[in-house]
Amino acid sequence: MGSGMAGRIFRQLLSFAVTLIMTFIGLTAVTFLIGRLTRIDPVLAVVGDKASKQVYDQTFHAMGLDKPLIVQYALYVKRLISGDFGISVLTSQPVLSDLLRVFPATFELATLAIIIGVAAGIPAGVLAGARKGRWADHVVRVVGLFGYSVPVFWLGLVGLFVFYGKLGWVSGTGRLDVFYEDIVTPRTGIILIDSAIDGDWDIFRNAFSHLILPAAILGFFSLAYIARMTRSFMITQLSQEYVTTARVKGRSYWGAVWRHAFPNIMVPLITVIGLSYASLLEGAVLTETVFAWPGLGLYITRALFNGDMNAVLGGTILVGAVFIGVNLVSDLLYRVFDPRLRGA
Amino acid sequence: MLKAFKFALLAGAIAALSPVAMAETPKDTLVIAENIDDIISLDPAEAYELSGIQVLANTYDRIMRFEPTDITKLVGGVAESQTVSDDGKTFTLKIRPGLKFASGNPVTAQDAAFSLQRVIKLNKTPVFLLSQLGWTPENVDQMVTAPDDSTLVVKIGVDFAPSLVNALLSSVVGSVVDQKTAMAHEANGDFGYEWLKTNTAGSGAYTLKGWKPNESVVLEANPSYRGGEPAMKRVVIRHVPEPAAQRLLIEKGDTDVALNLTGDQVTSLKGNADVTITPSPQALLYYIGMNVKQKELQDVRVRQALRYLIDYDGIVNSIMQGGAQVHESFWASGFWAALDENPYKFDPEKAKALLKEAGYPDGFEITLDAPNSSPFNNIAQSVQSTMAQGGIKVNIIPAETKALLTKYRAREHQLLMIYWGPDYMDPHTNADGFANNLDNSDAASKGKPLAWRNSWQDDAVNKMTADAVRERDEAKRKQMYLDEQKKVLDEGPYAIMFQETKQVATRSNVKDFIFGPSADVVYYNLTTK
Repeated sequence: MGSGMAGRIFRQLLSFAVTLIMTFIGLTAVTFLIGRLTRIDPVLAVVGDKASKQVYDQTFHAMGLDKPLIVQYALYVKRLISGDFGISVLTSQPVLSDLLRVFPATFELATLAIIIGVAAGIPAGVLAGARKGRWADHVVRVVGLFGYSVPVFWLGLVGLFVFYGKLGWVSGTGRLDVFYEDIVTPRTGIILIDSAIDGDWDIFRNAFSHLILPAAILGFFSLAYIARMTRSFMITQLSQEYVTTARVKGRSYWGAVWRHAFPNIMVPLITVIGLSYASLLEGAVLTETVFAWPGLGLYITRALFNGDMNAVLGGTILVGAVFIGVNLVSDLLYRVFDPRLRGA
Repeated sequence: MLKAFKFALLAGAIAALSPVAMAETPKDTLVIAENIDDIISLDPAEAYELSGIQVLANTYDRIMRFEPTDITKLVGGVAESQTVSDDGKTFTLKIRPGLKFASGNPVTAQDAAFSLQRVIKLNKTPVFLLSQLGWTPENVDQMVTAPDDSTLVVKIGVDFAPSLVNALLSSVVGSVVDQKTAMAHEANGDFGYEWLKTNTAGSGAYTLKGWKPNESVVLEANPSYRGGEPAMKRVVIRHVPEPAAQRLLIEKGDTDVALNLTGDQVTSLKGNADVTITPSPQALLYYIGMNVKQKELQDVRVRQALRYLIDYDGIVNSIMQGGAQVHESFWASGFWAALDENPYKFDPEKAKALLKEAGYPDGFEITLDAPNSSPFNNIAQSVQSTMAQGGIKVNIIPAETKALLTKYRAREHQLLMIYWGPDYMDPHTNADGFANNLDNSDAASKGKPLAWRNSWQDDAVNKMTADAVRERDEAKRKQMYLDEQKKVLDEGPYAIMFQETKQVATRSNVKDFIFGPSADVVYYNLTTK
């Protein structure tokens, strides 16, 4: 490996680091500004509506709200650099430990949801694209339209009513039955993994039966999106001349679809899946509310409505990091699937 | 297509393989489904949220209290007896002998004194309950003393009726904290505050095992509790924000108690033999505040007219469905000295006459701020349509509760719908909130009571409040509060509409789940199933 190669990698890393820092400065600054401009008095979250003027004033000062906005922001960034996300006023816990508690719950849900979305969405999309205008296409499009237009809140409640209330196939709200709570050692916070490490398969099954319904519902929404995008990518590719060439050379229709057209839609598809996954990782507040799922979406939303800025900023930074992480992984995957990018 | 079909099969198989939800909760565990997202602290010197106070009512014994066995009578808790000096300013309380904290430490008068002193010194939200007794961080060590292990002496610096002082000692700040345990966790002179936010050190029926914000509160029975070891060894309060989900959980038997069901859900559960609904009238009032800064609302006749333009009965029947009863005075029905007259009925003709007299024969346009959640959004719509019949065009401004409160506390509303719960079981708490307003300037040096928020100040009413607080003759004092309620009902800047009725849903095998009129009197220790 020559020194030119090393230099190039160094320059790439440097530019990545600069982008990263700029992104986070922008992200926190905008969030901070919006948070402070909303007409919600953050002191109320701490002292409530009934505190005396004296208690109110004392808290107002203790929270640093008497300082100019720019100073408040500077102080926040200074603490952040030393790794201190501050304390959430709503939970009385450090924001970092809150995030470490709520994010695994969301991660578990989002990951199963995206697996469902990809595993069902891609075949459905390819099928619809390849059978454009036929009944299979219509079915996929109607299902997709349904997934696009039905409110997730409603679908969650109906799902609970049918599969939990009537059929009893799945467990109710929360992550575990009361029987099983606080038994597994919390290593990752992802109950499926923790219970598997402990070898406690009862808890694994229980956690799965709590997880599958919200994951299927979120998965259905990403399925709808992924299937729609796959279909349109597929239609574009199938109208290309190389497909006709392959057919002329004697490839079967499905052979041409899977061997020739499909590899070419991989790159845009990865972008679609990545974005879908990232937005699931942000947390789905409505799903989390219906299923009493103690995840990131519920945490950030509640913090926002109470003016709990440390929690909002901490959550925003985490979401930002997730998006950057997912983008990075997508970039790496492009190189795997696009021969032109290999070695670039 | 085949592939998609295979997937459907696979998904079905996975669903079928997962275990059927267990249809009952553990024998010795009480499971409660509740919205507990309001808890921010479990230190009795700071906690002031309904769910938090509920937990503290079960984890701490109080100096005075409403016992689980009779929640209508205020009696000694940790204190066994009390004597009041002739001038009514010194209370000498005897502590029950042989009591123990969950930690095993004995409960002494020193612990009780420490608990009251730390409330004043920490200066958190509920401090106003005790500071109105004339206590300050400087003098509280002299005002509250423990000459020996079994004697607590409480001196007050103001003229307060003894019943009021006892009511204050029975509120959350009267919780007795284990001094040794608290001080063992002290950091930076905080009297154990940081630690007690997420731990308990009391002598109540339960101890806190864990609180996961927005997830659960887990309590464990305290075998040495004064009232006997509870039958339910564990209480698990699970955060279930969505009422419809709570309903499913109780129908399936995955929870023993559901506390946040809406009126229509309760109605639909009425035929279910597995679920029992117990109505419990609450002290919480729903009302509309009328900001007197608004030109039209300055006229007392306009405020009366608006009160005639609310369909009280219609809202109770169609929206609240058992979740409220009509109540129009500022102290809730069922409590000592409550005024049970509800003179205002929906009467557009009377309202129009009053508006005409006041110079608004064609009505006017006005805004109504209201919480964007059920049932307030529905009540607001009803109010909008009935006020229109009197010529008042109401524009509803829905908002999140915290944003609404921010606006209310800045006096920037015209009409605003919200609720109010008393701080302790004495009418003074609501007289102080709804009637008293000693400084009506924007600076609000005397705090922001509801009368201030609606810019309403009446010196005669202020005097009534001050006199009633001092009156030591119970019968006279009662009459004074009845008069004051009547006056505010006629002239005040409110349309007080309803008193909440909590519709507690329990599984039918659950007995003696005590849900009193406020969070201070919710008890789990007598419950069996």
